[in-house]
Amino acid sequence: MTDAAWSTLSNQAVAAAAVVYFLALLAYVVEWSSLRQVDRSKVLAGSGGPEVEPASDAEVDKHRDRVAMFGRLGLLLTAIAVVIHFVALLGRGMSADPNRVPWGNMYEFTLAGTFVVAALFLVMSRRYALDWLGPVVVTFVLALLMIAVVWLYDPVGPLPEALDSYWLVIHVVSAIVATGAFTLGGMTSATYLLKRRRGDRAETGLWARVPSLDKLDLMSYRIHAFAFPVWTFAVLITGPIWAHQAWSSYWNWDPKEVWAFITWVVYAAYLHARTTAGWRGRNAAILALVGTATLWFNFIGINYFSSSSQHSYAGATAPISQLDR
Amino acid sequence: MGDAMTTTASRPTAPAPERRSGELTMRELLRWCWRQLTSMRIALILLLLLALAAVPGSLVPQERVDSLKAGQWKDQHETLTPIYEKLGIFNVYGSPWFAAIYILLMISLVGCIIPRTFVYWRGLRAQPPAAPRNLTRMPSHATYGTTESADVVLERARTMLRRKRYRLRADAADGTVSAERGYLRELGNLIFHLAVLVVLVGFATGSLFGYKGGVILVTGTPFSNTPTQYDDFVPGSLFRAGQLDPFSFTVDDFDIDWLTSGPRAGMARGFQAHMQYQTSPDGEEQDYNLRVNHPLTIGDTDLFLIGHGYAPVVTVRDGEGNVVWGPAPQIFLPQGPDLFSFGVIKVPDAKPSQLGFEGFFYPTFANVDGDPVNLNGDDLNPALSLNVWTGDLGLDDGTPQSVYVLDKSKATALPAKKGMETLRVDLAPGDTAVLPNGLGSITFDRVESWQRIQISQTPGKGVALLGVVLALLGLMGSLFIRSRRVWLRVTDGPNGTLVEIAALDRSGGADTDAVLSDLVAELQEEPRS
Repeated sequence: MTDAAWSTLSNQAVAAAAVVYFLALLAYVVEWSSLRQVDRSKVLAGSGGPEVEPASDAEVDKHRDRVAMFGRLGLLLTAIAVVIHFVALLGRGMSADPNRVPWGNMYEFTLAGTFVVAALFLVMSRRYALDWLGPVVVTFVLALLMIAVVWLYDPVGPLPEALDSYWLVIHVVSAIVATGAFTLGGMTSATYLLKRRRGDRAETGLWARVPSLDKLDLMSYRIHAFAFPVWTFAVLITGPIWAHQAWSSYWNWDPKEVWAFITWVVYAAYLHARTTAGWRGRNAAILALVGTATLWFNFIGINYFSSSSQHSYAGATAPISQLDR
Repeated sequence: MGDAMTTTASRPTAPAPERRSGELTMRELLRWCWRQLTSMRIALILLLLLALAAVPGSLVPQERVDSLKAGQWKDQHETLTPIYEKLGIFNVYGSPWFAAIYILLMISLVGCIIPRTFVYWRGLRAQPPAAPRNLTRMPSHATYGTTESADVVLERARTMLRRKRYRLRADAADGTVSAERGYLRELGNLIFHLAVLVVLVGFATGSLFGYKGGVILVTGTPFSNTPTQYDDFVPGSLFRAGQLDPFSFTVDDFDIDWLTSGPRAGMARGFQAHMQYQTSPDGEEQDYNLRVNHPLTIGDTDLFLIGHGYAPVVTVRDGEGNVVWGPAPQIFLPQGPDLFSFGVIKVPDAKPSQLGFEGFFYPTFANVDGDPVNLNGDDLNPALSLNVWTGDLGLDDGTPQSVYVLDKSKATALPAKKGMETLRVDLAPGDTAVLPNGLGSITFDRVESWQRIQISQTPGKGVALLGVVLALLGLMGSLFIRSRRVWLRVTDGPNGTLVEIAALDRSGGADTDAVLSDLVAELQEEPRS
């Protein structure tokens, strides 16, 4: 295949993946709306209201089966979309001359980051019973893919010299993996806060699918506990080593570095808060969300506030501007 | 404060000094401050303050990071600049308030870690605690009955827990087992926090004893490593000139690999500065290809290629026909990735009047509909386009001036030819322009390239690296090693043996119920014989 063909394949795969993610979202929405019906039939069957025929057990079971089926369908479609998403990344890397890792600019970072979010979700949904997070993950991935295609798209090109290093593989992979995991952790923490606001009432409908507060808190902690060392590795070990090689100083207080440090400090505070009286639970979850906010602000936002960053891949026309200071 | 009040109350008959309720002696006050400072709550607040304090430095250009950008910002914001300067916003990471936060944080860390180290040391040698009286009151507990005898169950439990690397209490009461594991978790935690201090020491060593300098060299210009040869030289406060390694080098060739096709045509892909260097004046001459991401290390010093550009070689003759400038290269500063560059040539010795030139260099000049345009960063069709100034260039009174800025306060632009506001001379290599009014002439001879070489010593970088690696290892230990206690009690009942088992997770991140059910399942398995 020619480079151009790979490039076309990549673009089409992004579109196809987005369509399948959307189908997965539809399946999840159907699952959710059916969940409400199951509840209603359960309630009616219990009270035996005079106006409406009480639903028979068989009907309730049928409903339940349908809910489960749509849940599985959603997960299956997400899995298919993740595979297509991977093809998009592969095509992106193969279409460059010389072939390279597919994370050299904002478009590619976003493509890779959303892939990690979706893939981590698939891996963890089984082990940690995260299925209920499916609709949130799919919506998030879909939205970011649209942003990537509409605003961040860049035609494939070779890497600028400053990025042409094996540290691009080590540093950026770890940063993207940590970003994906922190994002998932942010989702579980947000769910925790929402569920907490609802109080202790008996949950019905889709909220019944969401685990208990303790479970949610534990799940968030585990995801963050995985992501934090990875982030430490990316930001405080490989980042400085590469910075030393490329820019002559291992810590430059460059805006991206500063915000990566801020993110690190906030998540360190989260981990401490979980073991501190008066901070665990709600405050810790809020800190986790602050962490997610700083993370994504660093990923996209800071590019619009600071023009002096040496992480200048953000602009399409500044691949060597750091060389021209 | 509660302590202080009880003390006062318990000694009502004490003579002077009289104390009001809530009043603290100096010692008590200090102890109270220390307790507050080393509490986790304050540490958390300090952490968040540190994060918050780092923000302005990412939004406002920093003098130590990019002095050029910081200067431009100051020019654009006249009202804010004096306020920001007072607050140290242009040097956030070196400002006293930023330092105050991280020093307080470090004190808090030390105050927290030292007592914990002693506790850990004692805990290491201590036995796992005895089984609580009522195991069913523990948050995670299980009970089951069995026909096996108590001793068999106890023995199996001991073997199983030992295999799972639990430490067992030697003098456990009859019919109980006390077990604990995960001692390394707290060790990891301690190592992580101590390693943060190691990183700080490494970082401080670098900024105190190291230096960072830069020099712009036209290809072929030799450089020997003495402070006077640097364009900018920023030593740490404890740096000594004797630390400079006595090397010298010359970049004799500079190559750029330009992309000529594809969507990124015009982008530069590879830069190579071929250099010859000697590690000492009588050392052997060695070759190196200095590239981005591939620094050269000589002794303790690292050399980096961090910039490049063009230096047009120009000859200026004055009104009397004497060569008053050159032929010499003048460094022009790139304005963007296409190396469209801006520069200044000052000729104070020209007669009858000083001459100043200011303008642009086009690596690949093109005339598009009458407008001068630069098409490419490669020097395919170089052109110089300069305005000419005469009069006093402000060089005579000894005030230091940037070589990249023309002082026009006392100079006048040469009058325009028709169609132009000020006189502009456009030159291709080899061209000579005769200046009006008998002021002389300027010749554009050829183009050279220049490289910006960053030279730095960063002592302590190994310490800092060791620190972060230790921190990561400690962190992983403190996050992934599970610290838990397990107790088991067997009692003989009428229907066989009753087994109670409870587990307590001390790390706050584990599903103890799952751990417990695994243990119970394993205990209930028929022993394989």
